Amino acid sequence: MSNPAQTPAQPITFKRNAREALADPQLRRNFRGAMDFLMDKRRSQFPDGDELERLRAFGNRVRARALSKLPELLERLDANLSRNGVRVHWAETVEEANAIVHGIVERHAAKKIIKGKSMVSEEMEMNHYLGDRGVDCLESDMGEFIVQLREEKPAHIIMPAIHLNAGQVAQLFHDKLDVDYTEDVDRLIQIGRETLRRKFFEADIGVSGVNFAIAETGTLLLVENEGNGRMSTTVPPVHIAVTGIEKVVENLRDVIPLLSLLTRSATGQAITTYVNMISSPRKADELDGPQEVHLVLLDNGRSQAFADGELRQTLNCIRCGACMNHCPVYTRIGGHAYGTVYPGPIGKIITPHMLGLETTRDLPTASSMCGACGEVCPVKIPIPSLLRRLREEAVRPPAAEPHHMRGQGAKYSKKETMIWKAWRKLNTSPGLYRAAMYAGTRLRGLMPANIGPWTEHRSAPKPAARTLHELAREHLGDQ
Amino acid sequence: MSHLPSAPANATRVAPPLESGRAYPAKPADVYLFGTCVVDVFFPGAGMDAIRLLEREGVRVHFPQAQSCCGQPAYTSGYTDEAREVARAQLALFAGEWPVVVPSGSCAGMFRHHYFELFKDEPETLEQVESLAERTFELAEFLLEVCKVRLEDGGAPVKVALHTSCSARREMNTHLHGRALLAQLAGVERVDHDHESECCGFGGSFSVRMPDISGAMVRDKTAALKGSGAAEVVSADCGCLLNINGCFEKQGDALRGEHLASFLLRRTSSAAQGGTK
Repeated sequence: MSNPAQTPAQPITFKRNAREALADPQLRRNFRGAMDFLMDKRRSQFPDGDELERLRAFGNRVRARALSKLPELLERLDANLSRNGVRVHWAETVEEANAIVHGIVERHAAKKIIKGKSMVSEEMEMNHYLGDRGVDCLESDMGEFIVQLREEKPAHIIMPAIHLNAGQVAQLFHDKLDVDYTEDVDRLIQIGRETLRRKFFEADIGVSGVNFAIAETGTLLLVENEGNGRMSTTVPPVHIAVTGIEKVVENLRDVIPLLSLLTRSATGQAITTYVNMISSPRKADELDGPQEVHLVLLDNGRSQAFADGELRQTLNCIRCGACMNHCPVYTRIGGHAYGTVYPGPIGKIITPHMLGLETTRDLPTASSMCGACGEVCPVKIPIPSLLRRLREEAVRPPAAEPHHMRGQGAKYSKKETMIWKAWRKLNTSPGLYRAAMYAGTRLRGLMPANIGPWTEHRSAPKPAARTLHELAREHLGDQ
Repeated sequence: MSHLPSAPANATRVAPPLESGRAYPAKPADVYLFGTCVVDVFFPGAGMDAIRLLEREGVRVHFPQAQSCCGQPAYTSGYTDEAREVARAQLALFAGEWPVVVPSGSCAGMFRHHYFELFKDEPETLEQVESLAERTFELAEFLLEVCKVRLEDGGAPVKVALHTSCSARREMNTHLHGRALLAQLAGVERVDHDHESECCGFGGSFSVRMPDISGAMVRDKTAALKGSGAAEVVSADCGCLLNINGCFEKQGDALRGEHLASFLLRRTSSAAQGGTK
């Protein structure tokens, strides 16, 4: 899947993508192995269930408090960053955000950008946008570098190249970087680093994401393991950070539980190798750092989620990826099948806000509602109930009430609505229900062996000879 | 049971948090059985075995003949109004003081947690919802915690794999109750299977709307169950059993999952051992 458009006019072809992914045994093995590994790593970080629950509740409260005063905190963040010398830009859409970045690029006549990891820049398709305008964007995160070489999107929000094994990366480097074929992982990483190293010094601008934006101090906080994030944000003369408006937290103290939850949930690390805190451009007496720091705050549908008390919980997300690591659907099909920037359970509830339900209507139904995502979410986002809510929005008659969601009613079908009305009638009319079940059991011989999709992988279920209603009546009498 | 935390006796009358333990009443003289629509049509024997297990504990079972479905299929499909009206019909049928025993974690979870969402805008109904939620027990949970059942195994030694539904595990917190009941059976060796806590892929309409993904999940589940070396498969949820058994059958495998109630009754019935205590 090479760079599908950010806002496809057609519904995302989720089902077809999923079918193709399921037919790829290598992909399935890679994901099963990787997800099992990550689940074990997380489990080992939280040996004490009670402590985990206390921390999750704490994390949830910190995020809920930040969101409860989001407009105020964003203003405070803007004021404090500005006071520190960071230039703050606001963008409602990805087009606006890209135009802002391009404006900065043009002012500096920049030709080369080096990037740290940023899912928001993926949301913006920044590389593509700037590439079209003659600006070269190079990903410096090893996983991002690999998927960029393959002209793919990240398959996971934390581990972009998790869908690949060492052999596939070896072949890629051999083909694209003109090096000897080796499956030695340490050597592969060295090859990647050697390729990237000089690029940091050639870049005119460094771009990064933000893990937490701290309103109280006007600080951008980034976690990373490879050092490329620090290089990207300090070596080039200009640094542009891009982030969603929901990433703001009130104060430095709030970051402590969130960081602990983030790294342990994501990669099973107690802490990452680097925690970067950026509060200003280079000061007069400082030896390094960029002369200019910009922050682009992107909305892109987030304020739609914010406006609804229930859906607002979507914005609690701290982008750890634990929900996808534990999702049986994601484990089977991998990240690309979703056809969206954010895959997995969180992607199913956040993407409809970004793209509308018209193009994402299959996503909320692509869940067995097993609840694994909600169980592991470090900030207690009730993902299954938000999926259910989005299903409700998708089948709600389009004009019934003021729209809660862009694309409300995208899955509305008169026929399906009639079926559920009939189902209600059946289940609220005891005589009718018993007659229907009676008929169902008596006519079980007529049950077709093929009942559509169900019987592709299973035999058709067979009604029993008599219902429990009948058996119980015989045993207990009429009640 | 000591393995589950207990809520304080004066637990507040609000929606119980999903992770919480709960306070259990003394064994009552009467209970309702909510059979569930899947049990009604596809596994009525499991429903009858649940009734017999309860009666053997000296509990009188009431089965309101007007019951139908808990409303979950419409609820999870987004048809909230339809789900609410079906739920309202069940609320009226189980309005007495007796506990409601459900041989399914999924439908029990609907009663205990999701009716609050359905009736959140009807304060006059919420009292009934709270009462039903407090009185709803999954069958294994009720047998163990309320009846304090003591099972005597009359069957031959056997290896058994237990599949726990996601609702039992994550909504009802009753995934350990089935284990504890099986542990009472001397001849039963419970064996673990790979990815035991992972969904079997049923998910109601999910299995029809996303047949490929659901099919991959259930094939992995049946492979794991077979790989465990178990001779028998037991579950307390008939939705999962419909899915798992259908997959076994399609693959030409002789293995079939059985409802926990049927398994327990079979192992402890007079035919197996000549009477229980």
